[in-house]
Amino acid sequence: MARVLTYEEKDTAIHRLCGVTKLIAFLAWSVTSMMTYDTRILAVMFVLSLVLYRLSKTKWSQVGPIFKFILFFLCINLIAIFFFSPGQGTKIYGTDTPLFHVVGPYVMNAEQLFYEFNVLLKYMTVVPAIFMFIVTTNPSEFAASLNRVGISYKIGYSIAIALRYIPDVQDDFNQIKNAQAARGIEMSKKATFGSRIKNTAAIMFPLVFSGMDRIDVVSNAMELRGFGKKKKRTWYMGKKLEKADYAVIAVSLLFMVIALGITYADGNRFYNPFV
Amino acid sequence: MKLKFGIKEVVAAGIGTALFVALTEVQIPLGFIPNTALQPRAALLAFLAAVFGPIVGGIVGLLGHALGDAFFYGSIWWSWVFPEAVFGIVVGLFANKFAVKEGEFSGKNIVLFNVVQVIANAVAWIVVAPVLDIVIYAEPANKVFLQGVWAFVGNIIIAGILGSLLGYAYTKISGKSSSLAKED
Repeated sequence: MARVLTYEEKDTAIHRLCGVTKLIAFLAWSVTSMMTYDTRILAVMFVLSLVLYRLSKTKWSQVGPIFKFILFFLCINLIAIFFFSPGQGTKIYGTDTPLFHVVGPYVMNAEQLFYEFNVLLKYMTVVPAIFMFIVTTNPSEFAASLNRVGISYKIGYSIAIALRYIPDVQDDFNQIKNAQAARGIEMSKKATFGSRIKNTAAIMFPLVFSGMDRIDVVSNAMELRGFGKKKKRTWYMGKKLEKADYAVIAVSLLFMVIALGITYADGNRFYNPFV
Repeated sequence: MKLKFGIKEVVAAGIGTALFVALTEVQIPLGFIPNTALQPRAALLAFLAAVFGPIVGGIVGLLGHALGDAFFYGSIWWSWVFPEAVFGIVVGLFANKFAVKEGEFSGKNIVLFNVVQVIANAVAWIVVAPVLDIVIYAEPANKVFLQGVWAFVGNIIIAGILGSLLGYAYTKISGKSSSLAKED
């Protein structure tokens, strides 16, 4: 996890959208993909997210390493689902079509395979959406835009401060970690459980207390500049919602409603090809 | 209850979230159950909630978990984001009782802190998280409850040890509000 996802400045239709628009679209997208288990909808969403990926001109090197990491965890999760509950597919779809014998009492059937395929697809629709959101949204612009849609500017500021200070705090973290490593603190897998907790504390305490100092410094500076005195404030990075923004919001909400409508049309959230 | 959301709380929520995200990197794995590990960031959340109250606890839990997941793993597991906020809020409700900033976080208050954090963890990871997992992701019940119990055990250990120590150390350096003795 050496590199985390970060925003990159580019000039595409997606980058030009207001941060809030992207947040609403992203949330609508997440809700849809969380609620539905309808394979047809998930497949459409998967294809759409590939299209969005093209449109945003995101390079594979920006997201590739993290994507591989996610795939790894996803595989473990899928295997775990099978061994914890090999009958989940049958429970959901109501039929039992054995395919092949795996090991011991575990038999893979078509329903289970299909269910796990849906879990995989669900991930594959959400992951690109979140990639798009992070790599195309300018953090400062995002915090400013939140205020425009009626969220308290104090909350907006909290978010702006969080996004602004994540890199700084990570630098602190790495410095402290290296300093402690230089003093001979073992952070690798070789250390025992007790000493690992102790070593974590050796990094965490300086980090947290320097963070507490930072809270004092920043809040004093803001107090001196009269933060929070008035009910409203102006923004340097704020963007107005344009026509394109309204269009995107409308389309994504409409998509959510239609997708959920199709999903629940037959009374449950699963698409059943077995009956 | 500390329901104020003043300048200090705005900044604490922001920088607390940044700390929480940075600490996402520090994990001590808990064996072969996917996506669970001892998470020192849980101790940080308990500490921040105990110092700054439920609003900061809730924001750091929600925002920190969502951003941490997004930046490091590229996917947000919503059913585990909300329990984190629940945990922050529940611990934060008792912030005045702990009196960390007032320099009185020792003895009885540490015991109370641990009782509260165990209850908060139980609500968050044994009740809210598995239920959301089932409702949102339709995962097998026995798997998610086992994961929830593991997260519960891991978090009470880490919040109990590191959270209590953080609070105790911070209370020592922040100075007592009642350190003045009345002269006869």
